[in-house]
Order: sequence, then C-alpha cells, then structure tokens
Amino acid sequence: MFAWVDRLLPYRELADMGIMGMNQRNISYISRYNSRQLYPLVDDKLRTKRLAIENGVATPKLLGTVDNQHDVMKVRDFISGLGGFCIKPAKGSSGKGILVVSRGGDGLLYRSNGQKLVLRDVERHVSNILAGLFSLGGAPDVAMIEALIEVDDALHDYTFEGVPDVRIIVFRGFPVMAMMRLSCGASKGKANLHQGAVGVGVDIVTGRAVRAVQQNRPVNIHPDTGQDLLSLKVPRWDTLLELSCACADMTGLGYLGVDLVLDREQGPMLLELNARPGLTIQIANGAGLLPRLRRIEEVPQVSHLGIADRIRFARRHFASMPLDEPDAMRRSA
Amino acid sequence: MSSRRTPFYLLVFLLVAAGSLLTWYRHAVFDVPWLPGEKRQIWSVEAKVDFMATGGPVKVSLAIPATQPGFEQIGEHTASPGYGLAFVDNVSGRRAEWSIRSASGSQTLYYQTEMLADPETLDDKVAVPPPLRQIVLVGPQATAARRVLQRATERSADPFTLARELIGEFNSGSESAQLLTQTKSRGAWLVDLLHMAGVPAREVHALNLEDGRRRQSAVNLLQVFDAESYALFDIRSGVQGQQPTQLLWEYSSSPLLDIVGGDNSRISFSMIEQDVPVSRMLEAGTLSLSQKVLDFSIHSLPLSEQALFKGILLIPVGVLIVSLFRILVGVRTSGTFMPVLIAIAFIQTSLVTGLVGFLLIVGVGLMIRSYLSRLNLLLVARISAVIISVIIIIAAFAVLSFQLGLAEGLKITIFPMVILAWTIERMSILWEEEGPKEVLVQGGGSLLVALLAWLAMSNDVVRHLTFNFLGLQFVFMALVLLLGNYTGYRLLEFRRFRPLLKAQG
Repeated sequence: MFAWVDRLLPYRELADMGIMGMNQRNISYISRYNSRQLYPLVDDKLRTKRLAIENGVATPKLLGTVDNQHDVMKVRDFISGLGGFCIKPAKGSSGKGILVVSRGGDGLLYRSNGQKLVLRDVERHVSNILAGLFSLGGAPDVAMIEALIEVDDALHDYTFEGVPDVRIIVFRGFPVMAMMRLSCGASKGKANLHQGAVGVGVDIVTGRAVRAVQQNRPVNIHPDTGQDLLSLKVPRWDTLLELSCACADMTGLGYLGVDLVLDREQGPMLLELNARPGLTIQIANGAGLLPRLRRIEEVPQVSHLGIADRIRFARRHFASMPLDEPDAMRRSA
Repeated sequence: MSSRRTPFYLLVFLLVAAGSLLTWYRHAVFDVPWLPGEKRQIWSVEAKVDFMATGGPVKVSLAIPATQPGFEQIGEHTASPGYGLAFVDNVSGRRAEWSIRSASGSQTLYYQTEMLADPETLDDKVAVPPPLRQIVLVGPQATAARRVLQRATERSADPFTLARELIGEFNSGSESAQLLTQTKSRGAWLVDLLHMAGVPAREVHALNLEDGRRRQSAVNLLQVFDAESYALFDIRSGVQGQQPTQLLWEYSSSPLLDIVGGDNSRISFSMIEQDVPVSRMLEAGTLSLSQKVLDFSIHSLPLSEQALFKGILLIPVGVLIVSLFRILVGVRTSGTFMPVLIAIAFIQTSLVTGLVGFLLIVGVGLMIRSYLSRLNLLLVARISAVIISVIIIIAAFAVLSFQLGLAEGLKITIFPMVILAWTIERMSILWEEEGPKEVLVQGGGSLLVALLAWLAMSNDVVRHLTFNFLGLQFVFMALVLLLGNYTGYRLLEFRRFRPLLKAQG
C-alpha cells in the first residue's frame, strides 16, 4: 500500500545499504569523534603542513607564504623562473580559492583551465585570500604558494588538465573507503566532484577501480581522454594506505578525509586533510559507509593497534563486492 | 548511548511541558482564544512625554481622549513615579495633570488608554461645537482674510463646502493666502476664517492608528460644525471625513501638552492592536493581583516595547522554518539565516513589492559587483563599495517609483542593506567559482525558504499565537533541539543517492 512512498522516499532501502546522510555524519561521527580543538590542525593548511613535516609525511614543496597585504608583491619573487605553481588560502574550504598556474611555452601564465593571467591577476587573488574571501566566516587568512605536482605516469591518461588525488576516509585510524578524483574538462581542471570531476571508487584491498561516477551518474570512460575508468589501478596503493593512517594518527581526529597525491618524482604526498569529508564517496563506491563504520565501532580498543594491524583489519572486512553481485553486497551490510 | 541521551530528552520534555502549561494557563485563566476571530478590536495607545525638568516644581498637563464616535474608552492608566496625578475634565477637555514639588534632569511620563473599536458608539463632547468667537483683524491681513473668505464663500453652499474651499484657497497659493500664513499657522487661520463666517470650527489632534507603530506624532485636523453634525477635514489635503482608524486625541482647542517647570518637551505615541474576546473584555479588571503576577506575557510591558516584541516573537517561527528546510529537506541557502531577514523585510513591504525589490537590488548589485571585481580592490573596500551601491540603488528605485506614482516602491528602504550587500558579494563569488547554476540554486533556495518563512510569519493565526502565548517559545526551542538531533536522511538526499539504488538493479 505504501509502495509509492517507498519508491518516492526510499528511506529503508538506503538505510539497508548503510548509506550515511549528512545529518548522521554530522551528529554521529563528526561531532562525536572529532574534537573541536583539533580542527585548526586540518582547517589551517599551514599547520597541517608543519605537522606533516614533524611527522615525516611528505607534502608538496612550500615556495613561500604571504601573510599581509604589504608582502603581496613578494609573489613575484616566489614564482620567478618557475614552470608552474599553485596558490591556496591556508584556511580555504572545499577547494575554494585554489589557483593553479602554469607557464606556457611563450613564458606567459595560464590558469589550469587555459585562461591567460597577468601578474596583477595573481596578486589580486593573493590579496583576496588575505582579506578572508575564501576562509570560513571571512577571517583574515594567509596565502600559500606551493610547487605544482607532476602527475604520475600511470595516471596520466585518466586525467585532464589537472592532478588526480586519492581521498581516503580514515575512521579511528582504520582506512574505511577510498576514491580517486579525476579532473576533467567539465570540472575546469579541478578535482572537485560537485564541479563535475569524475569520482572513481577504489577497492581498499587492491587499489582497483570499483565504479566511477560523474555528477552522481555512473560513467565508464573518462569523458575527455576516453580511458576505460574501470581499468584504473592506483599505483603504490599500500604506501597510500599507510600514509593515510599515519596522517590520521598525527592529527588525532577520529573521522577524517585524507587527500593524497602521487607525484611523478616524489611519490605519495599529503595534499590536505578534511575533518568534514563529503558523502559522494559512497556513490563512487556504490556502497554505504555505515556498515564499515559500525564494524570499526565494535572494536573496543584501538590504541594498541599499529598501522599494519589496522590496514589488515580493513582489508579483511572492507573488500568491495563486484557490482554484478548486488545481493552479496547487501548481505555483507 | 541511550542513557547519554536521557538528560537531553528530559530537557526537551521539560521545555514542551513548561511551554504547553504556560500556553494552557494563558488560555484557561486569561481566556485568550486559540484562534484569532470571534473577538473585538482594542487599540492600546500610549503617549510618552519626555522633558527636561529645570529643578523646581513641575506641572504637566496632557490632553487625553475620551469615548468618541467609533471608539469606546475602556481603560486608562499612567506610569509616573513620584508624581501626583489627577484627571480633570473641564472646559479645555479631558486632561491628565501631573505635578511634583521638585524634579531635575530627564523625565518620562506615560499615559496609556485602551480604546474599543465600536462603530456604534455615540458621543457627546466631540459633537459640542465651540462658542463662536469674534475675530478682529486690522491692516493688510484684514483685507487679505476678507478676500480669501469672500472667494471661498462664493464657491460654497454650506459650512462643509466652505471649509473645503478655504483649504483649497490655501493650497492654490494665492497672494492673499500666502500673506496670511506668514503670521499664523494655516490651521489657526482656517478656524478664524470660519468663525468670521459664523461657522463654529476648531483644530483637533488625531492619531492615525496602525498596528505596531512607535514614535508617532499627532496630526492636525479641522473640525467644522453644521447645525446638527460635524465633519473633519485634513488641513493639508482638504480630504473630508474621519477614517475608522483615526482616533481624536484632543478636541477642545487646547494645547496637546503644557509643561510648567520643564523644557525640551516631546510627546510621542505608540499603538498596538489587540484582538480580545468579548468575554474577556467584560471581565477586564476583575483579575486578582496574584493572577497578574503569573501573567507570563509581555502585555505588562510599555506599549512601545510590546509593539517591538510583536515582531521579535515571530523570528523564532522563521528560524524554525529555516532549520526545518536545512535539516529535513537539505535546501542550500546563501547565509544561514539570511532568509529570515528577507522574510521580515517582506512582512513590512508586502510580498510582491518585496520580491520585486529584492530581485532588482540583487540583480543590479551583481552587475555593479562584476565591474568592481575588475578594479582589483581589497575585500573590505569592495564590500563597502557594494553597501554604498546598494544604498544608491535603493535610493534610486525609491525616487523613481515615487516619480512614477508607485508609492509601494518607497518600502524598498526597509531591506537590511548590509545583509543584502553580503548576499551580493557571496553570490558574485559563487558565480565566479561555481558558475551561474549554483547562484540560481542557492539564491532560489534562499528565496524559497524566505517565502515560506514569510507565509508562516504573516499568517494571522501564527501572529496571534506567538504574541499571546509566550509559552510557545519553549515549544519552538524544544523543536529546534529535536531537529538538531535528527540523524535521518534529508529529503534531497533521496535524489542524491538514487543512483546507488539503480546500481543494485
């Protein structure tokens, strides 16, 4: 009798799959496992970087910072002679205010989406950052100038105009779910899913693609490069898993999104941490977060478990089911 | 986990219980009806007299109203600590007279009256014409006055048309009329001229009643008597007749306010409309003191504050709606509570004017902002520039609409300008970063929520309930707390996660 209600609002179906909604994420995980006082560690990318360096975690090279309007002109010195660079607000959220610039063969500056820039544009961007345009609540901010990351050869064909990154959700130190974000033409070179980037669910066990989505809809080939997305296998997957756990350990946050990149020269590096990671990773993986999170909540003590133990636990319990066996996935939930 | 939550649910339960109890108490003991309707309209009007006492004895005499056609006086009281008070009723009308042996510094006296709107009421005093006066004029004024009177008399048939023509004479700006107004006010001349023509007339002070108004001043009207009736005229426009919402405050040709021993005096009026059931009205004043103490309502505050609260108490309704939409539906709005502020502005402007005004301001603001973004300005300066632009836009639209005869357009000034400027700034960043689609999504979301908040906040039942039952605020609080505890899916998440269901076949 209420079938049409179920079809319209598939509450039970989503709950059976263990799909986590925004309200539940906020109440049951973020506010319960993430202590407020630790937020600045991840909300301020400069502090994250410092923390990473102390803990021996590799990060992209910091070329310089600008923390007051007077020093905006210094940007000129920081970037002279560089092939490319990236300017970020230290306290920006969800990718806001990140300007990726590369130098073309003609010596001019180009934004990652091909738009031509002059030095004044770059300086204006820096002064916008300083004034707090991109930070939460408009608080004054610091601009960071970082070296560009070179895309790893194995990933080159999977991305268009930008650097792909790996997002791993780490809960109580256990890697829970992972996805790779591939920039494409529609996302203007950004690896932000809500701007149209492709999200590829990655199996925790193997680092292989499970499923790919763009704008919440399943896709099989990269819209720009034509590459078969399901053939993707993330290189150096073990190292990436270990790195994500190490990042969670160094911050002390219980529910964390770790964004990692693979640099051609320097290997896996920490890009940024996120204390409020999004939910699209579930769509990319075709699986809900809740069964995995609850499985980890059942572990009474985690402090004595080393990184290797936790990864072994995750690999035993969180293997992705092949998509053609939907019932198996539901049973595992 | 459930034990950790127990105190929380206990708190929610207590809030709901306390809120319901207070609400029920107001209903049962004070007989406040659940719904508006089936009631009489009572206007509470408060006169506030401010002045600086000079240190010696002070005597304050304030004209006060009485029952009159359209209004029946059902109560009055004053607040004036330390002052002696007497109500006198003599040839110069009803007056409240305060006195004190010595006072210095800033003084404030309150007089409040309740008037029951009743079209049936008849009265005595208002209809008694003043005795005719002998007007003696000399010099050029006499000539001018005679000329004005003659012209008006020629074009009129009876006392009322004479009054109208006289006002027309002054409005036409003829030389004679201009000469006259150099020495005395127009109202005083109108009275004098009518007396010269043998028509009893006087200037009266009236209030335009409008719910929730504060700091109003009295308007002057001309009262002209015929053999058995009288008519009121607006001294400026000459419009005849008393509107049902016009309360005559003083009608004895006496000054509104007379102060001995003080200066810098000012009188201002606040008014509020209450809908009271007939039954309660009849029992007014029979409640015991102990019940008054328990009367947990804001009706014990001075009227000007009550008028303020009438609006403030609606804000929780708007906030609740915003919470509902963000938590249960998942609508994205630009600025968390911006929709509530927009809704409040809509209440004051009326919906269509508000919507058109909002879209115009934000639209033009976005255009200006897109130019500003090319100027390479610092953020604070840029936002300041946007605020100034918004004010210029508002001023321009107000002037333009006034010139086009659209008085509605003047209400555009009610919009919260700084909030609008931030909205424009945020939308413009959104446009640059995420494209126009996101601007439409968030702007549309904000407007939708603002509309719904407006619907709720302008609803008569909601206004009646929030103003009369303060206990409901506790219930709102409990609801918001419960919402803050909701871990289920948002309505829009069903759409977001639907592809996952398809994946399952």
